[in-house]
This record gives sequence, C-alpha cells and structure tokens, in this order.
Amino acid sequence: MTDVVMPQMGESIVEGTLTKWLKKPGDHVERDEPLFEISTDKVDTEIPSPAAGTLAEVMVEEGKTVGINTVVARIEENGASGAAAQPPVQPPAAAAQRPVAAEQPPVGAGHARPAPAAPVEMPPPPAEESASPAEPTGPLSPLVRKLARENNIDLSRVKGTGAGGRISKQDVESYLAQQPADTVPAAPGRPPAPVPAAPPAAAPASAPLAPAHPAKTRIEPLSTMRIKIAEHMVLSKRTSPHVTTIHRVDMTAVAQMRERNKASFQANYGFSLTYLPFITRAAVVALRQFPLLNASLDGNNIVYHNEINIGIAVALENGLIVPVIRGADEKNVLGLQRAVVDLAARARSRQLKPDEVLGGTFSITNFGSFGSLVGTPIINQPQVAILGIGTVDKTPVVINDAIAIRSICHLSLSFDHRLVDGALADQFMTKIKQVLEGWTEEVQ
Amino acid sequence: MRNCCLRELGRMDYPSALELQRRLVADRQQGKIADHLLLVEHPHVVTLGRNGHRENLLASDEILERAGVAFHPTDRGGDITYHGPGQLVGYPILDLRDWKRDVGAYVRAIEEVLIGTLADFGIAAGRIPKLTGVWVQERKIAAIGVHISRWVTSHGFALNVSTDLSYFQYIVPCGLTKPVTSMAALGVRATMEDVGYSLAAHFNRVFDYPMPLAAPAFAGARKRELI
Repeated sequence: MTDVVMPQMGESIVEGTLTKWLKKPGDHVERDEPLFEISTDKVDTEIPSPAAGTLAEVMVEEGKTVGINTVVARIEENGASGAAAQPPVQPPAAAAQRPVAAEQPPVGAGHARPAPAAPVEMPPPPAEESASPAEPTGPLSPLVRKLARENNIDLSRVKGTGAGGRISKQDVESYLAQQPADTVPAAPGRPPAPVPAAPPAAAPASAPLAPAHPAKTRIEPLSTMRIKIAEHMVLSKRTSPHVTTIHRVDMTAVAQMRERNKASFQANYGFSLTYLPFITRAAVVALRQFPLLNASLDGNNIVYHNEINIGIAVALENGLIVPVIRGADEKNVLGLQRAVVDLAARARSRQLKPDEVLGGTFSITNFGSFGSLVGTPIINQPQVAILGIGTVDKTPVVINDAIAIRSICHLSLSFDHRLVDGALADQFMTKIKQVLEGWTEEVQ
Repeated sequence: MRNCCLRELGRMDYPSALELQRRLVADRQQGKIADHLLLVEHPHVVTLGRNGHRENLLASDEILERAGVAFHPTDRGGDITYHGPGQLVGYPILDLRDWKRDVGAYVRAIEEVLIGTLADFGIAAGRIPKLTGVWVQERKIAAIGVHISRWVTSHGFALNVSTDLSYFQYIVPCGLTKPVTSMAALGVRATMEDVGYSLAAHFNRVFDYPMPLAAPAFAGARKRELI
C-alpha cells in the first residue's frame, strides 16, 4: 500500500482543497498519471499518482480542505497481496482503542460498508467498541475539546478526516449538523453506553430529504472577529446616546499642500500622502483645546486622558479593526502618514500586536475612501467621540457672492451626549475646520 | 540554461489559444522547449474555472449570444472571468521545477510583474491579502487564474488596458462583488504593445531569466531593444 498525501505546493502553502478525483476507488492508475486535482489560491494543480496500482481507498472527498501531508488516498500496488502487506492481527480489544475503530460504523447499523478491493480493511470490530466511550487517541485541539464540551458530544462517535484520523473543527460541526436536535444527548457527561441505533439511523434518515427541498437559506457561523464587532457595536449604542454633527470643510489649502508634497513623499518615503494625516493632525490640535473630547466616562467621574492616542479604523476583508497611533500629538503630518500606512498594512496582514489596538482615546474613520459623502459612525467605547471623514470632492461653492470650485469634505462627529453637549462638539469641529481651511504647517 | 521565449499572438480566439497552450505544456513537460510567455488579446469571451460557480454568470446564454460573447469552461483555477478586446492576456508556460517549486510564490510573482508594469504607467497598484489579483485601491485591474500539471504552468493573467468594463456586468468577476477597473479608466492611455513591452521586461526581471526574453525571429528589432 502506498499512501497518497496532499503535496506541499510551496513554502507559504499549508493546506489545499481537493477539488476533483480523476480516478474512482477500484480504478487502475499508472505512476505519474494524474490522480486528483487540488486548488490553492487561484491555482488548480493536477497531482500525479506516486505509484502504479489500484486506487484502494479515498479518504478525502471532493471539496474538502486538508493540510499538506494529509493522507488522501491509498494505492495498492499490483501483485502485492493485501494480506501480506499489512496483516490484520490486531486483537479486537486493542482495535477498539485505535482511532480507526471510531471510523467504523457501529455494529448493527444495518448498512454494511461495501468494501470492494480493500482486503486490508480491518474487520469491523465486534461489540467491544461500545464497552466504554473511548476518546479517540489522536491529539485533539483545544477548540475541538471546547466544541465537544459545549455541545455534549461523545468524540468517539465523530469521524475524523484530518491527518491520521484526527478530528477537526469541521468534523465536529458536520457531526452536529447531522444530528437532529432531539437526538443530541441532553444529559451532561457521557452516556453510559452509546445507543447503537440512534446516530446511524439519523444520518440516512436526513440525507435523502435534502435534495427534495432545495435550501432557501445558507447558514454560516460568525467569525470570532465578527462576533466581537457585533458585541461592541451593540454595547456602544446601548451605552452612549449618540449624536452626530456634520461640518462642511474647505480642503483646498490642504489639497494644495498635498499636491506639492505628494511626489516627494512617494520618492523619499515610498508611500503616498493622503488627506487622513492632515485631518488627524487637525483633530489632535482640537483635542488639545477641548480635552473633554479626549476623555472617558467612569461611573460619575470624568477620566481625562493626558495622552492623545488616535484609533484609525481599518477595513479588513470581512471586518474591521482600529489600531492606535500612540502619542499622536507628537507627530507631524509625515509621522502620522507613516503610522497610518504601517498600521493599516499590518492590520491587513494580521500582524498587529495585541496592545496596538488598545488604549485609544479618540477615533477616526475614513469612509470617504469608499466613496461615502457623510456617515454617522458609532463610538469606539470607552471613548466619547469619533470623527468620520467623507470624500473630498471638487464642488462649486459660493465665496464672496461668486461661485468657486473648491475641494470640499464633510466631517461628521458622533459624540456621547452624556458627557458632551452639541455646543462643545460644534466648537471642537469649528476648530478642526479652522486648522484645515487655513493650513500652513509644513508636512515634512 | 533557463530561457524564456516571448510570443505575441495578437488577436486570437480563446479555443485556439487554449489548444496552443496544451501543445506547449506537453512539449515543456517533456523538456522539448524552453519556458514561454504568450501575450494575446481575445475576442469577447466569458470563461469559467474548474471550481467556478455557474451562478456567477449573471446573463443567460441568449443575452451573451446577442452581445456577441462566447462562453467557455476551462481547467484553470479561479472562478468566472471575462476576456475581450483591450485586455492584455498573458499565458506563461513555465516549468516551476526550474524556478521555486512554489505555487504560492508563482502567483505572487505574477502579481509583482503586473504591479511593476502598472507602476511604469504611473499607476499605484497593489495586492489585497487573500484576494489574488492586482488591485488599484478596491478595484481589480488584473485577474489571475492558473493551472499546473507536473509543475508546468498554463493559463495566467488578464490585465485591463482599455477593456470595455461594461462587459463585466454579465458576471460576478472571480465570484467577488468588487468593482473592476482598467488603465484607461484610470486615465492612462497606452497601447497594448507598449504595455506588453513593459510587462515582458518585468517578467524577465521577476522570474530572473539570465537574458532578456527572446522574441521569436519575426518580431521587429525595435521590440527586442525595448525588452
């Protein structure tokens, strides 16, 4: 028997999706003949057979993603007798302890597994299997243990499809999905002996139903990040009465400064110069003047923060994260732009350190980069305000009774009305507007 | 010695280019020929990767036919995509055993070639982690889909030079609901030829060939100079 494994297709590639079997169990295959196809990151690859012989067993079905070096099939070389290759001299008691045993359908299931061309297959273990609900011997990840605990699953009944029959999270989930709600054991702890009839009966009963009713919905568990975002958004809305005020800001002076420095930024530092660091800088100046916006509420106390640490919302593929620019008041536009580029890049490649998303005292979110004109952001607790940046567009405006074309941006501030009143919020915004409209500070 | 032959095919229909690739892949696997880079422009065609989802094709066969768009399932990676006039399509036929034996590195290298090419035209393009392809901000400017058989690559990439982007309305490109863009849409006027030269030069650099890409004899001297 030759094991066929998920090949390593490159250093950075740790798993692959088996997309298609080009041979069926029982088929003859030549050495180097394409045996199956895998897909990794927009690349489909045909995998040749490592040996000539008969495809004896396929362990990974189409559509499954498995780690590299996972055994996906076994090939029985021609001429080699199965019995000689691996004598099945396991005493039945020992067999029950092996992970393989857990893969066998429990005795009495009524659907004997058709095992053509697989003489090496161990005979189904006799009733010893049900003597004690033995834990699978393979290593179990903490996540799998937790899932099993929370859902009251006897792991010895879950078929592992990972390396060496290891049980993965997906295995547990698909096991759960197969169980009708009422057959999941309700009693805590393990059942004294598995009831042989229930689980196997459940699977065939539910399987034929599926095609009859094409699904109208698709259920997918939330990612951990999504759960955290959801919790935080609800918490923030419940905690703070949000009010949003919107100011129109003429960014023409900033646009000119940006235009003058864009090329040298790209040339000297390797990143572009955007509007974000200018607005961040203006917010820092305003926060210094109005420290109540750089505070938190703790019971009946106001906590004034002496540091100005600005959180910058970064959109990720399927979520968002708010890394923090520490000591933002000590940075000029260049320093702020550098920090933004660095944090955003590391946020997107998931290389932020945990403390880099903590300790923010005020946040900024730039939805203008996605084309939004005006937004009403949700406060990042326990802060008391968040500044939203809309797009910067050339717009006709009236100046001294003449129509002029200016670069216009809408800034919105959502604030916690428990602590901040509208008058203060608008003074704060007016300060930001003043700084931006009369921009003179050099940027590097 | 590693060497790569550049072949500019001009306008060629999709099935013919596929057949040419098949022949070259077979020859490359047997070591009969050097690496190849095919550059081509296709008439309107929608192609679906092996693991693609037919539901990402938004138009019926009838609508496609009326719009003059062919439909072609293929064996490359990736989902659905559109090719058409104004799009520079590249099919590298490389033996990765001579390069890095690394499928991930290969895809990243193709992205680097495209990013370098776009930079030559003043376009700051980049990657989005986990979304293979080349992006200008959140818009996709070049798509990648690859097939590998015994470490020899086929299929490749498609860069929108002056593609009529309205044709993408018939599909959900690569199954992603992100917008597409082109060099022309970003205000860059460039001929397919010019983009091709620049691309060949970056291809040569990124894949580290010891000599400039050898254009076949019928290519003009000017081209060779530029490459």
